[in-house]
Amino acid sequence: MITTPPIAEPRLRLRGICKHFGPVQALREVSLEIRAGRVHAICGENGAGKSTLMKVLAGVHRPDRGSIELDGRPVRFATPSAALHAGITMIYQELDLAQDLSVAENVHLGAEPGGRIALTVDRRQMLERTRDLALSYGFSINVAAKVADLSAGDCQIVEILKALRRRAAVIVMDEPTSSLGEQEARRLLAAVRRLVGEGLAVLYISHRLEEVMSVADDITVLRDGCVVQSGPRSTLDTGAIVRYMVGRELAEHFPPRRSRPGPVRVQISRLASSEGVSEVTFNVRAGEIVGIAGLLGSGRTRLARALFGISHRSGGEIKVDGRLLHVDSPTAAIAAGIALLTEDRKRTGLWLELPAFWNITLPNQRQLGMRRFVRAARELTVARSLGERLNIKWSSPQARAGSLSGGNQQKLLIARWLLADSRFLIFDEPTRGIDVGARREIYEVLDDLACEGKAILVISSDLTELFGIADRIFVMRRGRMVGELATAESAPEDVMRLAAA
Amino acid sequence: MRKLTRQLLPFGSLLLLVIALALLEPERFLTMDNLLNVLRRSSVNAILAVGMTWVIISAGIDLSVGSTLAVASMAGAWTLHQLSNTTAAVQGPEAGFLSVQVALIGTFAGGLVGVVCGLVNGALVTRLKLPPFIVTLGTMSAFRGLAYVMNDGQPYNVPGYTFLGGGSLAGVPVSILVAVGFILLGSWALNHTRLGRHVYAIGSNREASFHAGIDIGGSLTAVYAWCGLCVGAAAMIATSRTVSAQPTAGISLELDIIAAVVIGGASLAGGRGTIAGAIVGTLLIGFLRNGCTLLGISTNVQLIVIGVIIIAAAALDRAARSAAAAHGGGAE
Repeated sequence: MITTPPIAEPRLRLRGICKHFGPVQALREVSLEIRAGRVHAICGENGAGKSTLMKVLAGVHRPDRGSIELDGRPVRFATPSAALHAGITMIYQELDLAQDLSVAENVHLGAEPGGRIALTVDRRQMLERTRDLALSYGFSINVAAKVADLSAGDCQIVEILKALRRRAAVIVMDEPTSSLGEQEARRLLAAVRRLVGEGLAVLYISHRLEEVMSVADDITVLRDGCVVQSGPRSTLDTGAIVRYMVGRELAEHFPPRRSRPGPVRVQISRLASSEGVSEVTFNVRAGEIVGIAGLLGSGRTRLARALFGISHRSGGEIKVDGRLLHVDSPTAAIAAGIALLTEDRKRTGLWLELPAFWNITLPNQRQLGMRRFVRAARELTVARSLGERLNIKWSSPQARAGSLSGGNQQKLLIARWLLADSRFLIFDEPTRGIDVGARREIYEVLDDLACEGKAILVISSDLTELFGIADRIFVMRRGRMVGELATAESAPEDVMRLAAA
Repeated sequence: MRKLTRQLLPFGSLLLLVIALALLEPERFLTMDNLLNVLRRSSVNAILAVGMTWVIISAGIDLSVGSTLAVASMAGAWTLHQLSNTTAAVQGPEAGFLSVQVALIGTFAGGLVGVVCGLVNGALVTRLKLPPFIVTLGTMSAFRGLAYVMNDGQPYNVPGYTFLGGGSLAGVPVSILVAVGFILLGSWALNHTRLGRHVYAIGSNREASFHAGIDIGGSLTAVYAWCGLCVGAAAMIATSRTVSAQPTAGISLELDIIAAVVIGGASLAGGRGTIAGAIVGTLLIGFLRNGCTLLGISTNVQLIVIGVIIIAAAALDRAARSAAAAHGGGAE
């Protein structure tokens, strides 16, 4: 028999946590052990209870039953600040940093070192302390820089520094890499490993399984509020995790591609925009899915904005079906048959307070034969049938869009563009923050659209995704196209070589 | 379920208030005269609330309604004045008589001036891309000045212009009928026209509306013009009620209207609100004033009561929303 090294008492232990909201049981008997010096990943589809669990730990929700122990002592968090004082720090998906303050000021917010005169702040000391803190954990960051000028990855580092300044024992991170490019994500994961190297415990919530496999020591899978599997990473592989998450076998993440590219539908030549896109030339065939890869800030979203008439086009041509288009606003773009699914569905996509079916039909009144007046019955029928086609899970089409899960919200937007019957569809990060099951459904819709002869452009930071669904991949760097790859004959490494060169 | 209680909250409060007044002052409150009087007094505010609800749902605000009301009233009265002078010269002086055509033209002129004022607001908001608060703060002052300038600070008397404010059709005061017309039209259009949908969409998320290709400028211009039309109509009723146009009419009226709309459940952040709620809010304030008067509470104290109600309504609404958010916040 092999003797395993003794494992210390867990830093944080949850026992039998239950939490319900009305009739919905969000957590059932959840028990977990989080150890110092280890990254513990929580996986689960949207609605599996990850966020509720996190909010229980943060003192936002009080559990109905169950106990929490910190270093063996039972604790109860009545408020978020109680959890914070006990040493548990949350880093939420939407970071809460003061944009106009410096890194050091953010790190010391609420605990600024006092100066010699009462009520003043000793700036120099604040900068020095922040610099020392960053250095001791091996982070390189300009502590005097304004947060607004930092990259998304650096903002995550600032949040981590904030937690370290508070001497956090446990750091909980919610989808920390969702807004990061490949390189920045890798840097952040290295930072997380350094934190546990210094003896912290990290609870890591993520949809990206490859990332979880590379960073986690222990993995717990939640489904419908229950722990369905928990154990060291070595005992699990990606396939097993997916199986536990969805409760059914997903042979592959990606459906087989059925469409065959036809004649060229979209021709972009020497496109340039006021936002710094230049000399972009490419084409998309009917029934073809073309991927756009690139690091964060490489100009992928700016290209989409230029094609959709949001930014000013300073040069070049956009031709669809051989006709030259003058796209100077989203209204003109939509009228010309171009659709854009934006990367930030909450900010630029949905009307969260409004009924779900409005989100599908509101911009498509013409397609529904409604000129000045609306016909709610017709809208509902159309929304229902699109809901069925896309497998949208809603209590009813009249439910607030904001009450739907992330995947279903994304499907609302896809339904909108299906209804618009656009010829050229641009999808910017179509599966960001969406669980595995809904992801596959979205890929199937993309393939369906391609089969109907649409020209499709998919922008994604997830290279596996691009290789899984695209026929060709263009790589962008500094606002320009720097390469074209046929997915059948290349590998993600080839993309990275072009993108990062 | 919770949503329903939240929506019924203002209506329930109104009902409670009416029942309380009926119990406290049965002889004086529960008379047809008194109830019609409250409704007649509320009709001007109700029409204004219809327009304001549209503006507030679009995430805007119109602080200039009081001043617009004065301008429209003065312009309508000036028109009546000019026309009745010319007709008087032809027909001989008949004191207190206005022909139907003259009254119609004058009313139309007041409404038109209201629309023009609204279009000015709309153009400034959409063309110069200024916040509606700033734009209408400016026009509130400018239109007020205009109302003073029109007749050198003096009112216009329009003897004979009594039908809108004092007349009745089948026993129902005309002002109430006009108000009901605006309420039905405003409510129907908000729920059943493309423009109405777009107003909710723009107020709910302007960025998303832009990306969905909605004509934001055109929609907002229409909203402010419609609000202006409501103000013009309300102005002519007010003019007819006092048979005169005062340049000081409607000072701080905008605050009463905004309060009524907010009490009715609209969000100043936009995207949420109903005409029905706004009307309930208007009636709540109307009955509160009436009740205070009947119970011998001075107008000075009434101001305090109304202030407390506004804050209480907002606080209750917020409590209901955060309870709903905690309720539904679990499923991500």
